[in-house]
Amino acid sequence: MADAAVDFAAASTEALQDRQLRTNFRRAMDGLMSKRAVQFADQAEWHAMRALGASVRLRALAKLPELLERLEETCTRNGIRVHWAATTDEANAIILSIMRGADARLAVKGKSMVTEEMHLNAFLERHGIEILESDLGEYIVQLDESTPSHIIMPAIHMNTRQIARLFRRKIKEAEDTEDVARLTDLARRVLRRKFAAAEVGLSGVNVAVAETGTLCLVENEGNGRMCTTVPPVHIAVMGLEKVVETLEDVPPILSLLPRSATGQPITTYVNMISGPRRPGEKDGPREVHLVILDNGRSGVYADGELRDTLRCIRCGACMNHCPVYTRVGGHAYQAPYPGPIGKILVPQMEGLEKRGELPHACTMCNACVEICPVKIPIVGILGRLRSEAVHAGGSVKGAGSHASRAEALVWKGWAATFASPAAYKVATLAMATLGNAAPSALPLLKEWTSARVKPRFAPESLHRLAAKKGIPDA
Amino acid sequence: MPETTATTAAPSATGTARAAILGRLRAGRDAHPVAPPPPCDFTVLAEKRWDPAERLDRIRRLMEAVHTEFLEATEADWPAAVGRFLAAEGARTLLYAPATGAGATLAAGWDAGGPELVPYDAEVETFKERLFEGIDAGLTDTLGAIADTGSLILWPSAEEPRLLSLVPHIHVALLRVDRLYDTFWQAMRDNRWAEGMPTNALLISGPSKTADIEQTLAYGVHGPKRLVVVLVR
Repeated sequence: MADAAVDFAAASTEALQDRQLRTNFRRAMDGLMSKRAVQFADQAEWHAMRALGASVRLRALAKLPELLERLEETCTRNGIRVHWAATTDEANAIILSIMRGADARLAVKGKSMVTEEMHLNAFLERHGIEILESDLGEYIVQLDESTPSHIIMPAIHMNTRQIARLFRRKIKEAEDTEDVARLTDLARRVLRRKFAAAEVGLSGVNVAVAETGTLCLVENEGNGRMCTTVPPVHIAVMGLEKVVETLEDVPPILSLLPRSATGQPITTYVNMISGPRRPGEKDGPREVHLVILDNGRSGVYADGELRDTLRCIRCGACMNHCPVYTRVGGHAYQAPYPGPIGKILVPQMEGLEKRGELPHACTMCNACVEICPVKIPIVGILGRLRSEAVHAGGSVKGAGSHASRAEALVWKGWAATFASPAAYKVATLAMATLGNAAPSALPLLKEWTSARVKPRFAPESLHRLAAKKGIPDA
Repeated sequence: MPETTATTAAPSATGTARAAILGRLRAGRDAHPVAPPPPCDFTVLAEKRWDPAERLDRIRRLMEAVHTEFLEATEADWPAAVGRFLAAEGARTLLYAPATGAGATLAAGWDAGGPELVPYDAEVETFKERLFEGIDAGLTDTLGAIADTGSLILWPSAEEPRLLSLVPHIHVALLRVDRLYDTFWQAMRDNRWAEGMPTNALLISGPSKTADIEQTLAYGVHGPKRLVVVLVR
């Protein structure tokens, strides 16, 4: 089983006790769902756009190694320096060495989930570099010494009162207010000074274009533009799946991403970066670096079924629509990517031995599959991962690590019972006569009945009832 | 490898990592070939069309919904319209790009009694402090706007720096009403963007905003607090 530090069952049980947390998430997710629904009110357009989005992503994955080489070539031609990292340690080391080369003491950072995966902030702080999150939500989470609970809205788990209290505790010049505009203005004042002072700006990448060597970033606040324009050095970090083939592939993705994420027709800023400051230009970074990270993604790619995980455009719609996520919140997953996409991505990256419980955090309701703008078969992949967790010899890291003799025996017995009409008859008769006498505390019943009423067996099976009505066995 | 300068001094691992990653991807694909992807059918974008009159209405409606303000002007009087607006708002300084056509028109038509015109004609390092602390408004041109999403297209250049549209509290953007596109996709195709991208191209669809505090919208978090579009007819 998972170690104590990573335990979804315990964390979700605890989260369910927190009424404030549940209220915060319920309200936020209800709002996001209805805003998204308005954006895709035209069903024909939704289906066509979604098919286009999925096909753009599938074409990119079909040519993935070639597109990454092309991206390296076009970026290099544009003056962007490309680095490859097989592991998060390598990616962190590359970033540190660039920062040291730039004599950086302060770095400002735009929102990037891949750097959460790398624990980059903690790493840089250990090496004496101050790194400041500049997306307001990320800034709040950083002040709170916590982690994002949603990939689009990192501080969604907190309400205004909690954030106001945090600001008063952590920011010297904070005034006593719960007014959102004034809280936002305070963050503006604090962060503006930092944008101007930082030697390095860090960012993620929403889409990288192989054809033109362009890095696309979407955001509402302008902090992403600040981080990628004001400091003399810009470092962008991306998972290797973020590439698309042509510039024309960008509009469909940008049509799906903000609409699915927050119900906006588009974000305030769409930032397309194709190189550092050129001679004659008066601003923009003098160096742009792109770090391409694998961290297990090439392993995901190697499996014909699991490969679909890499289609994801990180819109977060699956979590917004997930009944489990809405109830337990993002932190219960203890992973950079929570919710449905996290349940398939994280176990593949971190291994089933450590995260094998995540694929079970699902009711199989299929809401995520219906909402996914690039049609990732999330529930199918969950089924596969559940199976891999208990069967050795699979392709996922840690396959078979959750194998249980007792469970295997139960399934074996189940199969044998169903294969033999005589055994089946005996079993149903036993259930009908003795089943209700079984105490709730029995090992296999205990967990089930901890949150549910024990089912009552009917005195007569359907077979018997049908036979009484004169319906013959097929 | 593009490890060209000493400043990066990246670990030598990066070359090894590159070969290993690409090798794993190719081996993975060879072992489990990728099914041919369905063709990409862009019809849904090609079919998004509005009448010329509707285009502007739509852009205005979508942008006003996110707090963008509009001024009406002609090619002859837009500098005066901008000057009047900024003076009424109490702006004392306007940063502009003197080497652009719009910049020249602005300077020529500027009322000496209005806000001070500050040219952005030197590298940002020389006046970063003033830019961040002492500039009220910035003026840029645009390549047009997009009806589908209500977005301005900006194409910063050596003459028109990137930060003009980001750091000042008010961003004033010129929009010629004959440069409207239906979709982002059409704008990039019509203008053959793929043949040469600038170091930074932008879509801007309103003033800076956030909803990170309990989903409550707040404007002007890091970028401009106000976006003013001057419709030039």
